[in-house]
Amino acid sequence: MADERQIEEELQPTPVIAPGYTFGTVTDQIASVVLTRRTPVFWMACFAAGFALLLLFLWSVALLLTKGVGIWGIKIPVGWGFAITNFVWWIGIGHAGTLISAILLLLNQSWRNSINRFAEAMTLFAVACAGMFPLLHMGRPWLFYWMFPYPNAMGVQPQFRSPLIWDVFAVSTYATVSLLFWFVGLLPDLATLRDRAKHRIARFMYGILAMGWRGSARHWQHHEVASLLLAGLATPLVLSVHTVVSFDFTIAIVPGWHSTFFPPYFVAGAIYSGFAMVLVLAIPLRWAYGLQGLITDKHLDNSAKVMLATGLIVAYAYVMEIFTGWYSGNVYEAAAMWHRMTGPYAPAYWMLITCNIAAPQMLWFKKVRSKPIFLFIASMVVLVGMWLERFVIIVSSLAQDYLVSSWRVFTPTRWDWATYVGTIGLFTFLFFLFIRLLPMISIFEVRTLLPQAKIEEDGK
Amino acid sequence: MNKPPIYGVMAEFDNPTSLVNAAREARARGYSRMDAYSPFPIEALTEALHLPKSKLPLIVLIGGIIGGLTGYLMQYYVTVIYFPINIAGRPLHSWPMYIVITFELTILFAALSAVFGLLALCGLPMPYHPTFNVPRFALASRNRFFLCIQARDPKFDRKATEEFLESLNAREVSEVAH
Repeated sequence: MADERQIEEELQPTPVIAPGYTFGTVTDQIASVVLTRRTPVFWMACFAAGFALLLLFLWSVALLLTKGVGIWGIKIPVGWGFAITNFVWWIGIGHAGTLISAILLLLNQSWRNSINRFAEAMTLFAVACAGMFPLLHMGRPWLFYWMFPYPNAMGVQPQFRSPLIWDVFAVSTYATVSLLFWFVGLLPDLATLRDRAKHRIARFMYGILAMGWRGSARHWQHHEVASLLLAGLATPLVLSVHTVVSFDFTIAIVPGWHSTFFPPYFVAGAIYSGFAMVLVLAIPLRWAYGLQGLITDKHLDNSAKVMLATGLIVAYAYVMEIFTGWYSGNVYEAAAMWHRMTGPYAPAYWMLITCNIAAPQMLWFKKVRSKPIFLFIASMVVLVGMWLERFVIIVSSLAQDYLVSSWRVFTPTRWDWATYVGTIGLFTFLFFLFIRLLPMISIFEVRTLLPQAKIEEDGK
Repeated sequence: MNKPPIYGVMAEFDNPTSLVNAAREARARGYSRMDAYSPFPIEALTEALHLPKSKLPLIVLIGGIIGGLTGYLMQYYVTVIYFPINIAGRPLHSWPMYIVITFELTILFAALSAVFGLLALCGLPMPYHPTFNVPRFALASRNRFFLCIQARDPKFDRKATEEFLESLNAREVSEVAH
């Protein structure tokens, strides 16, 4: 019998949380980040940087509203330029958060429990940044509500056969569902903060948000069911969102856009860049807040593996894109591919190949995956690469389409850059507010990971 | 109906196993109006307390169906009846083009009904509840486990119930004021 037990112990998977934690210490460590009166210098520095860039964003938006979209470099035929590139990039980043919170929940991957909260927050803020661009790109953003079907005196209605209207519904549903899912997960933790906050105002605010959550067995029963159902709903939703985003391109007849493999290609790219962002956020956070026991090397390793796997799917898509261009026998498709590789955007194209295909191959080596600093750099490289991918797909296809006489190369203005960098500021600003005000790791889900949480059945 | 003088009696436990055992024991003794409180979900409690199955899946299903119908009918109404556009004689009822928005609204309505259904089934928001009168109950969201037998229970007897709970390895037993 003793041998059997020994074998069983050996077969146990290594715990995802460092040993030695109790319900109390887990709660205290995560809650103390929020409830402390002292704000760390790291937070101050990041928040200040984010805030400065946010001001730059507000400045460029103000200028945009007064002067119009002409402050950007967009000129026909390249009407989509940076704005749509940034939109697709940001929304893709958001997808990893939903993947971690919903798909990994359904697949019973309990290691996700200590990274899902901030990954969901990342989703929410990334979608907020993404939403800015189509809105600002409309030229008259204050009339955005024309895209929704409402009874109006103009007697017109949106065109439901257009992918651009599908996008409105897909992205707004995605933002709403992500917010709801995030809030449902937060509810028990808000109750923890309410019970632990010392300050009157803090206690009151967390109390209002926790809505009187008591952790009763009935609450938990419904909560578990709700989480699973929301995960089940969010899973097809997240796949549909980037599919619909890719429809914006594939349903058009522009060479380089009009292809059937865009949906899976876009979804894989989204998760690729999203996991890169998760690593870019997780590595400095766990270092700054000493959370290595909760966000362990195993989490980084797993995320890196997901990144490598989706990166290979993206690499396959690049190969297929070139192959289809040649095999279709369509001169315009072939020319579009050729222009990408040798035309005015060739440097961007080859850089994206380097960033997205060549560089991540380092992740095959365990030595690289186990060094957070290398992972951080690799993730940054992937984020740059994915941005270039969106840029090359959108801009190079538009700049050189069917009619040679209407070709025109797009060059971004400083306001293009300012708006883009500005949304990075908006993201950082919101994310660090979240870190300071809400628990960045799901406390109750980490409690369930502890060995003490198991019910010992005696005599059965 | 005359209100009992207190809300109930509450016992505090150190670990989830004691709580589940206590809930089973109380059930075996014939207590039925009680609730258990824990800092994380414990599946065994559902069975120990004989909780009925959650109605949430049904609510979500109905929400999803309403969402899907809304999405489809809205597009049908706009494109066929209210604002028909004849583009080279193509059919007005172009259902394949309706799929995306129908799908998105199905998800949206289902998710909204999941969250509002959750709140409704839990009776939230509820700013006041008698259990919060026990000072140590703040630990229910940290590392302690509580079982509360309500005074409304037909078998409830202030003294006997307290003694029973004390016999269950409880750390502390306290009365819960209204």
